[in-house]
Amino acid sequence: MAHDVLTRAGVAAAAPARAPRRRSGQWAAWGFLAPVVIYLAAFYAYPLYRNLDLSLRHYTVRSFVQGGAPFSGLDNYRAVVDNPTFWPAFLHTIVFTGVSLIFQFTIGMALAVFFAQNFRLSVVLRALFLVPWLLPLIVSASTWSWLLNSDSGVVNALLRALGIDPVNWLTSPSWALTSVIIANIWIGIPFNLVVLYSGLQAIPADLHEAASLDGATGWQRFWRVTFPLLRPVSAITLLLGLVYTLKVFDIIWIMTKGGPTDSSTTFATWSYRLSFGNLLPQFGPGAAVGNLLIVMALVFGLLYIRVQRRTMP
Amino acid sequence: MKTAAGLLLTAIMLFPVYWMINVSFTRDTDMRHDPPYLFPVHGTLEGYRAVVHQQLPYLGTSLLIGLGTVALTLAISAPAGYSLAKLRPRGGGTLAFVLLMAQMIPGIIMAMGFYAIYLRLGVLNTAPGLVLADSTIAVPFGVLIFTAFMAGIPPELTAAATVDGAGTFRTFWSVVLPVSRNAIVTVSLFAFLWAWSDFVFATTLDGGGARQPITLGIYHYIGNNNQQWNAIMATAVIASVPATLLLVLAQRYVAAGVTAGAVKD
Repeated sequence: MAHDVLTRAGVAAAAPARAPRRRSGQWAAWGFLAPVVIYLAAFYAYPLYRNLDLSLRHYTVRSFVQGGAPFSGLDNYRAVVDNPTFWPAFLHTIVFTGVSLIFQFTIGMALAVFFAQNFRLSVVLRALFLVPWLLPLIVSASTWSWLLNSDSGVVNALLRALGIDPVNWLTSPSWALTSVIIANIWIGIPFNLVVLYSGLQAIPADLHEAASLDGATGWQRFWRVTFPLLRPVSAITLLLGLVYTLKVFDIIWIMTKGGPTDSSTTFATWSYRLSFGNLLPQFGPGAAVGNLLIVMALVFGLLYIRVQRRTMP
Repeated sequence: MKTAAGLLLTAIMLFPVYWMINVSFTRDTDMRHDPPYLFPVHGTLEGYRAVVHQQLPYLGTSLLIGLGTVALTLAISAPAGYSLAKLRPRGGGTLAFVLLMAQMIPGIIMAMGFYAIYLRLGVLNTAPGLVLADSTIAVPFGVLIFTAFMAGIPPELTAAATVDGAGTFRTFWSVVLPVSRNAIVTVSLFAFLWAWSDFVFATTLDGGGARQPITLGIYHYIGNNNQQWNAIMATAVIASVPATLLLVLAQRYVAAGVTAGAVKD
């Protein structure tokens, strides 16, 4: 649904005007655009520029407030890459994003196919599935913190009832990353469900009927008919999911603060911790990590737009 | 049969939400009971009493910031959508592209830039500063929704206004805006929800403020009194009310806004 709107907006804005453009018309058009252009410059471009500037200078708390920090080139980036946290954080970012996406997408796809069968109550139940997506992240994250609490959490109570040893979900270095991934998958399923469901609706029903007549089983119909036809929508869902998951900060920070001992630290939480998490803020390195994250997001963002352009009729 | 399976799947998916509500009614003394009570057997309202006593100012601030964000988002994105959809400015495609890319920038990086700027300007820990930052989440979305919706308004409608002697602004204000009600509602709902749910900007830009939003209220709760989980979950339940309302209203308005061809013919 979301990408439909984006596509349509893109088409509307990019369509060449048929009527010759009059000069006065151009003035009016840009007059209406002036607020958003000024806004983008002041509240998008300028913060991003400040962030870039932060990462290229050697800041202390004093020079952060008063200005005049010396230019230091790529020193901050070098310091960040040499930091012992860099490779673990990089790995966690990849694992967090990759594993979340695989599960969100698979479960979302299965649910979309299930709900596409249109049974009684299917519309209501599908709407209820949106709840995790709409809740404030702090609500979801704190609820999961309590569900996964080592001593009093209901998940461990269930494990005990099944005779399995309880797990220190949030306090053991070997489980913290898994815990935040589980919570993130839960939050991401609705988005995948909604987009894939709207993709399924666009597939003509007679294709399925034809396949059934040819003797295809349900499973074959999915792999041979549905899945290939859904490939463009799947690509967009995955890429958007990728961009959203790369920047996840709230859930991890609220549940584990990236700990214990960096075991669930990603670029997003590391960047925040460097800038705001210590008594002595390290704005330069924090901004440097943030900019590395932007580069990752933008690469995939450009890929998203390429795929979208290509799949547009 | 399928309905039963659907009910079961929905129950599993929504179990964490149920648990949040269950815990919000649980007595402090039962909180660490083993095994945990599956229902609030000795139901209590002490969690909600704590919310009323301690969290009301946070809720008020969030409401104010949400409304401010909606106003700012509409004021900037509606005219831009009109221009992109109807006035066909040179370079409009590039602007739409920039807006798409803007949505990809991680909030935490925007927050750092804003922090550096706000510190110099002295608007850290103020409500207007937070409104401005929160609106950056919604403005690109708003422009894209308005553009898609207004592109579906029949050209005859705006042409008729021009024939009647209305200028571009009159046409926008008296003809295009009134028929764009569904897009206005959709953008408002999402702008409000995102501002209400925002944690990243709140914790970086308003961490030391006198007036803080509800997301920080919950965050302080988790940090300070780790024992009072019924109060934490009660706050979480109340913080989820706008999302629930949105789900009920969105059924109509989001669909209406997304199906931008509603005004055709």
